[in-house]
Amino acid sequence: MERIPILKMGPFLLVTIQVDLYDRLALNLENDLITMVSKTGARGVLIDISAVSIVDSFMGRILGNIASMSRIMDAETVVVGMQPAVAITLVELGLTLQGVHTALDVEKGMDLLHDKIGPDQLQEQDEEEGPDDRTE
Amino acid sequence: MQIVREQDVVLFRNRVREYSTKIGMNLVNQTKLITAASELVRNMLKYADGGQVIIEIISNNARNGVKLTFIDQGPGIADVPQAMQDGFSTGKSLGLGLPGAKRLVNEFEIQSKPGEGTRVSVTHWKHGR
Amino acid sequence: MNKTAQIIQKKKKTILENWMSNQLSDQALRDDLISNEDLHKQSEELLNGLARAMATGNVDNIYAAEYEPVTEIISDISVTRARQGFSPRETGLYVLSLKQAIADTLEQELAGQHEQLYKEVTLVSRLLDSLSVITFETFIKGREEVILRQSDEISEISTPVIKVWDGILALPIIGTLDSARTQVVMENLLQEIVNTGSNIAILDISGVPAVDSLVAQHLMKTVSATRLMGAECIISGIRAEIAQTIVHLGIDLSNIKTKASLASALQLAFSMNKIEVKSNARNANFGLRR
Repeated sequence: MERIPILKMGPFLLVTIQVDLYDRLALNLENDLITMVSKTGARGVLIDISAVSIVDSFMGRILGNIASMSRIMDAETVVVGMQPAVAITLVELGLTLQGVHTALDVEKGMDLLHDKIGPDQLQEQDEEEGPDDRTE
Repeated sequence: MQIVREQDVVLFRNRVREYSTKIGMNLVNQTKLITAASELVRNMLKYADGGQVIIEIISNNARNGVKLTFIDQGPGIADVPQAMQDGFSTGKSLGLGLPGAKRLVNEFEIQSKPGEGTRVSVTHWKHGR
Repeated sequence: MNKTAQIIQKKKKTILENWMSNQLSDQALRDDLISNEDLHKQSEELLNGLARAMATGNVDNIYAAEYEPVTEIISDISVTRARQGFSPRETGLYVLSLKQAIADTLEQELAGQHEQLYKEVTLVSRLLDSLSVITFETFIKGREEVILRQSDEISEISTPVIKVWDGILALPIIGTLDSARTQVVMENLLQEIVNTGSNIAILDISGVPAVDSLVAQHLMKTVSATRLMGAECIISGIRAEIAQTIVHLGIDLSNIKTKASLASALQLAFSMNKIEVKSNARNANFGLRR
């Protein structure tokens, strides 16, 4: 079965969506991504949708779901590279992706995640393999 | 074109894209039309287990447009005005499908009766007006 | 073939001359817009077409196939005239003066046969009336096309997107924001954001005469779309009366960054991008600090 590859980059997960998603693929992605977040203890999720030409309410909901689920697991989600036409369409549709952070490109998205999480916490994680087993 | 499976959604979108490219519609208007089409075709799959879509190029007073007609034999909609409200959904969705699609296109028509299926037709002009 | 058609066929030359002199004698003739030779050629073409069409025997239905060449010539003429800036009067007179010319000729030819003359004149005038209606229709259509093109151009021109600093765009909006305009503004802005990789856009509305709930809604749409792209939007240039109307209308702009002037918006943008601007003067240090 077709799947969207998920790359691990340090404390973050990177997903680049290259094809127009059909529903099953999108649901799989949601599933895989959340599993990955819990497995790796990632602190941030970057979803690059620069190659996606259509985002409808279903796709929007998936993105929103991923963001909310990740937040519960203490990871921030950034959607990057949205096409202008897609942004205009989403606004007309009435979908503003509340709770999802956005950035222009992967690089800026990465900066944003660093800002959000804070450099100290990242350091902790690098040294101790996750902040859980650390006592303050 | 018949819509019976989820994969048909992507196929169908590509067909709509072909047609709107043919009349020279710009990218933003194309995206709006295809997104609206996607919402409607998804509704059709979800509530009526598929149906039929007719794609046409129409012209009126020297302006060209793409017209899509969605016909299904599903359960129909009991209260059309209610279904057209933002945030109303009988399924577990955002309830943006019908009202959102209406906002995205120039012309929107819906006929539905419980038990007799639903017929929605949308038209989007080349220049978006 | 009826009488009129025969007469027109026979007397084509006289009619044409009559018609030309009718047109030329009119005060409103714009010889600055069209030369007499062109006018003569146009008129001759039209008359020929008309004579041919009438010869088929159809004298009342101008929408029939026989009249297609005639209506085509007429539409062509009035559309070009609309573009060239003729007034509706001039364009209308063009066809109506033909009626006079034909009627005059008929009068001479059918002198003494009152009943026949009456019948033929009514027929001709009915036919030419329908033709002049077409003239007006196409004239107005031609004008509308001009207007449409101009409004397109205006909305293109009036929404420049300016890169004021690395990563900061400014977009002064002048005039009323309607939904078509918002669309153009949004498209230009978002495309420019992508092109320049900017993360802050300043919408300056000091040139917008009034903000009602619809305009506010359009502004909010633009802000939302910008945010979806991953850039932040600041609205500046909010005048006192605009602030008043916004509050009185109960429009909620609380989740949008607003500033009174473009300068303060720029200042905010600088601090958001962690840019510091310093004055070189020793004492006047009003530079921007984080």
